[in-house]
Amino acid sequence: MASPSPKSPEQSDKSKKYDRQLRLWGDHGQKLLEKSKICLINATALGTEILKSLVLPGIGAFTIVDGEKVTEEDIGSNFFLEETSIGMPRAQAATQGLLELNPDVRGDYIDESPEHVMAHTQDFFNNFTVVIATALPEKVLMPLSRQLWATGVPLVVCRSIGFLGYVRLQIKEHCVVEAHPDNEAPDLRLDKPWPALRTHLDKVDVSSLGTKERSHVPALTILYYYMQKYKEMHGGSLPKTRSEKDELRKMIRTSLPPDGDTSGALEENYEQAVRFVNVCINSIGVSAQIQAILDDERCTNLTSESSSFWIICAALRELVQSEGSLPVRGSLPDMAADTTSYVTLQQLYQRQAQLQAEAVYRRAVQIARSLGQSPDIISEAEVKLFCKHSSELYVLRGNCIADEYQNSSPNIAPYLEDPESLMFYYVILRGLERFISEYNTYPGQFDDQVEPDVLKLKTLIGKLLSEWGCPTPVTSDDRVHEVCRYGGAELHSVSAMLGGCTAHEVIKLITHQYKPINNTFIYDAITSTSATFFL
Amino acid sequence: MTENPDSSQKRWGHLRKVLERPGPFSHPDFEPSSEILDFVMTTCKVLVIGAGGLGCELLKDLALMGFKQLHVIDMDTIELSNLNRQFLFRHKDIGSSKAEVAAAFINKRVKGCQVVPHFCKIQDYDETFYRQFHIIVCGLDSIVARRWINGMLISMLNYEDGTLDQTSIIPMIDGGTEGFKGHARVIVPGISACIDCTLDLYPPQVTYPLCTIANTPRLPEHCIEYVKIIQWPKENPWGTVIDGDDSQHISWIYEKSMERALQFNITGVTYRLVQGVVKNIIPAVASTNATIAAICATEVFKLATSCCVSLNNYLVFNDVDGIYSYTFEYEKKDDCLACSQIPQTLPIKDPNKMKLKNLIELFCESTTYQMKNPGLTTNIDGKNKTLYISTIKSIEERTRENLNKTLVELGLKDGSEIMVVDLTSPNTLIVKLKFLNEDVEMSS
Repeated sequence: MASPSPKSPEQSDKSKKYDRQLRLWGDHGQKLLEKSKICLINATALGTEILKSLVLPGIGAFTIVDGEKVTEEDIGSNFFLEETSIGMPRAQAATQGLLELNPDVRGDYIDESPEHVMAHTQDFFNNFTVVIATALPEKVLMPLSRQLWATGVPLVVCRSIGFLGYVRLQIKEHCVVEAHPDNEAPDLRLDKPWPALRTHLDKVDVSSLGTKERSHVPALTILYYYMQKYKEMHGGSLPKTRSEKDELRKMIRTSLPPDGDTSGALEENYEQAVRFVNVCINSIGVSAQIQAILDDERCTNLTSESSSFWIICAALRELVQSEGSLPVRGSLPDMAADTTSYVTLQQLYQRQAQLQAEAVYRRAVQIARSLGQSPDIISEAEVKLFCKHSSELYVLRGNCIADEYQNSSPNIAPYLEDPESLMFYYVILRGLERFISEYNTYPGQFDDQVEPDVLKLKTLIGKLLSEWGCPTPVTSDDRVHEVCRYGGAELHSVSAMLGGCTAHEVIKLITHQYKPINNTFIYDAITSTSATFFL
Repeated sequence: MTENPDSSQKRWGHLRKVLERPGPFSHPDFEPSSEILDFVMTTCKVLVIGAGGLGCELLKDLALMGFKQLHVIDMDTIELSNLNRQFLFRHKDIGSSKAEVAAAFINKRVKGCQVVPHFCKIQDYDETFYRQFHIIVCGLDSIVARRWINGMLISMLNYEDGTLDQTSIIPMIDGGTEGFKGHARVIVPGISACIDCTLDLYPPQVTYPLCTIANTPRLPEHCIEYVKIIQWPKENPWGTVIDGDDSQHISWIYEKSMERALQFNITGVTYRLVQGVVKNIIPAVASTNATIAAICATEVFKLATSCCVSLNNYLVFNDVDGIYSYTFEYEKKDDCLACSQIPQTLPIKDPNKMKLKNLIELFCESTTYQMKNPGLTTNIDGKNKTLYISTIKSIEERTRENLNKTLVELGLKDGSEIMVVDLTSPNTLIVKLKFLNEDVEMSS
């Protein structure tokens, strides 16, 4: 009897529109994006460029806080402000321009300065998924940084000036489940096969197979077979050193009976088995980073406030303690083999992954209950992802910006030994912040003040450096000159570059996928280089 | 429409600061003055190739960096799946020309900007068109198109007594993205590494062996490829080739792939995967396109104004793990197919064994050539001879029999020159054969 032909699922307009990004962060990533609420402080060119790359992929909503009016100069650098909006509240004009990009996104604005909002609506900023601030003066940044640090709302602070860019991420703790590493070794467990896998692999006597069967046996089975032979010959131990691995490779290479093919070329599956020797013999153990997460105080001392991440971690920790390893990832790399042998193996791996994930899920639900939390905060889908990606779990712990600014000795001196280090621009940008606070203008803003401003800025930087206990003449005069040349100019293409980067950092924070910067990014468009520092 | 000079002065105040003030890191030729911005606004003509993810961003970036004489060329029309990043397009624009909609949007938004759209292929224009530009920026997803425009710019170089005439150079800036990765590079044709100098950057596409697809499928992709290359031609449900944009076609392939997967116990065939495999979809997000296009636009601005030294000459970008960028200099390849001016010599091991079809395979498969469907002609004893051309039906039929002849049978000798024409270049490549086997049996 013919089975009924499967029917194509209806593709919604939304999944068609977002197709190219759903292939990257998946429907579950998109869902988080669509639930997010983002706040932008100051609709500068940089600010709207960041929001543009968040509105397009479909965040839930944004709010712009900006008390400025649109000026002629804004029109020259900000694509989302039009000539007809000159004189209008900048927050309003930018909101309109951005909302045109995506009818799925909601947006509103507050035509008040961030300072005013801070003073009058204390907890206003606490209600967002992420707060982004551009061109925010130090005196407002400090209390905002303290407040958001206390409430745990991520804050992203950016500045674009001339050919330079600065992005600073403030987040107390951020947990990543899917880091999406570029190269990942397969997770095969051939050294410690679980009983079902061992029974299956032990059944195949690779050396006695006929020519045809031999060419169909998966590389993994071949490798396992010769690993057992090797163990028999070496008192039960597996190859560790390079020369020991070479010996195992040689065993596989020379195992073919000299019949049939005389060309000396190995069959593809044997070739693959030889290649697997390097990466697949040893299990992906519990790395130091993962062990640190499992031993983290947040994992060992759960509370009624603990997030699902830490509850699942605690359940995972118990599994690791009892089994000595992380759950099996459950995916197999492709390898030359006949369909049945391959699919059978694949199902064994999937089944084991499924069983382990179910165990972790049941335990996590129990833990949630025992903490007095609703078991609904643990979803089976989340636990499955968690187990599948347990070797890539990542916890980022950041620093508070206000602490950094008020810290008397930031750790910058070692960087300054390299005359090319972009850390110099960090120092100068900190000087620039001081300049703005002190003189209420950008250095070099007026044509006839460039030279005097160079001296003032140098003095401020000197003061900063001596506060930090750094030798004074470390920054190059040329770089200070260059920054004064800009006179506060915001170049659109520099802002657009930073806008793209910052938007993706925000997407990382929302989706808990990919690793964000920790914590300061400097872009130098003069030399087309960039660097990240932990401050 | 003329602008009020006062408001224009203010509006472009950001640019004027970096162009009218000296800077310690500017190019040695840089002399700050108001004339530079005038040049950018009134004289400097820039061509943007591609009005897609990078193209939309490039047009916005360049328009706000003061460029007003912009042209954009793209043969594509707008699709729903473009709207997550190609921000100049709206739902109502689906089906319209990308170049035309993008140009109209920019012209409306940025006062005084005159973007001229070209709704056609780059191959539809010749040297006379390309010569009008000062700088060309590419936001392409096709290697073939990159190589073609690269070849065009190289063919436009003038050498007098072996010296390159600097005025014949049109610099090209090339950007590319894939997911969260991207690159930006500056190419000065004839001076720095060109697209063909770095062909080894483009690895051949992953293909699955036919016997796996037909006999031992293991992955969902194998099932989809089976339907695509074996079942479709056999059953040909609509009497046409597969159109990846036709949802009926994709649905048919999805259903047949599911059947095959069920039959072999293979899991993981999804509609999205089917689409991805059939259309060879490359994932794309707004953020990476914004970043790479902006880096390219900054380089256009540097080249046009000399306000900074240009990127030398390649930048790679990746923001999967933090934000990573790396800048380095790609070397010009001494014997580059496109820009070296050195005649290409092709060693032939055994001209008595090598058939013309093997030679054509070599042009398509070797990393050095990576051609698509090369047409080959030669000159034997002063007479032009067509060896094989597949693009013109009548010639293909007439020359098909040559495919199975050996080079010797075709009358080719050690030192014979073969003229190769291919999609990857507007120019004819001349390849000199070098027979390594000394004792060539002469064919009768």
